Amino acid sequence: MKKNLKYLLVGIYFGIVLVKSEVVSWFRIQEMFRFQGFHMYGVIGMAVIVGAISLFIIKKRHMKSVEGENMRMKPKRFHTGLVIGGLLFGLGWAFTGACPGPIYAIIGSGTTVFLIVILSAISGVWVYGLIRKKLPH
Amino acid sequence: MFDFLMKPWPWYVAGPLIGLLVPLLLWLGNKPFGVSRSFKHICAATTPIKIKFFDYNWKDHIWNLLLVGGVVLGAFIAAHFMNDGSRVAISENTVADLKALGITDFEGLLPDDLFNWSNLLTGKGIVFMIAGGFFVGFGTRYAGGCTSGHSITGLSDLQLPSLIATICFFIGGIISTYFLIPLILK
Repeated sequence: MKKNLKYLLVGIYFGIVLVKSEVVSWFRIQEMFRFQGFHMYGVIGMAVIVGAISLFIIKKRHMKSVEGENMRMKPKRFHTGLVIGGLLFGLGWAFTGACPGPIYAIIGSGTTVFLIVILSAISGVWVYGLIRKKLPH
Repeated sequence: MFDFLMKPWPWYVAGPLIGLLVPLLLWLGNKPFGVSRSFKHICAATTPIKIKFFDYNWKDHIWNLLLVGGVVLGAFIAAHFMNDGSRVAISENTVADLKALGITDFEGLLPDDLFNWSNLLTGKGIVFMIAGGFFVGFGTRYAGGCTSGHSITGLSDLQLPSLIATICFFIGGIISTYFLIPLILK
């Protein structure tokens, strides 16, 4: 538990950034899907650029983690779920104005009705787990 | 500095701060930056019946639950102590479009017209909160990641599956925005 506490601090940092950048705002998500503002594209774009440069350097220099392991990313798999799941996720993202990180952040920022949104999201994952054998992958 | 902490942060500050989470989590313990898997761990911890997908020791993933717990705390701190009360400065065109759909509250981070307890069991509440949340959860697990796992981590790692997922996230969002939301609000 003690060695995991650092992730709580990382989460606090992420939560602050999500609120301060207004990524948690339904209005910002609407602006993004209506292509009427650059803000969200700037946030996501810069995050990807910084992430990509970091990973490039990590791989090139074979950098190790604090625990001395090689830092590695698991490759993502191709499957039908990327499309069907992705589309469903997108529908929900526009309705709630929140993807998973922001759902947690909105609860923290004081909109308590998002407790219902997170319960629905968890139910969605549970139902997926229940019927996943019957879904195309 | 104090002024900067209180005001909303521009994209060129917030974007890099989010992107740094990818190397930071790898460096701290070879962890992939991602949020949605926490929902799966919560299911694994609470499922009332045995389901193979959730049949693993969720405690091995406690780091992820601490991460999202931190997000709740961090958001609380930012909303209460780092907030100058300014409105979300979205484009005038978006304001006009949303007003035309009947949105009247532009004060907070999200419109009170849609997101409040008394709306919960109305048609609007069921679609925007209950169905919306369900789609986010079901979709993210089926797609194998969310905006952080696919759109930020996966794209940073130049993973083609993540690009496909991200494009589908956007197509879904556009379908909701242009077809479904107007249908429900009118």
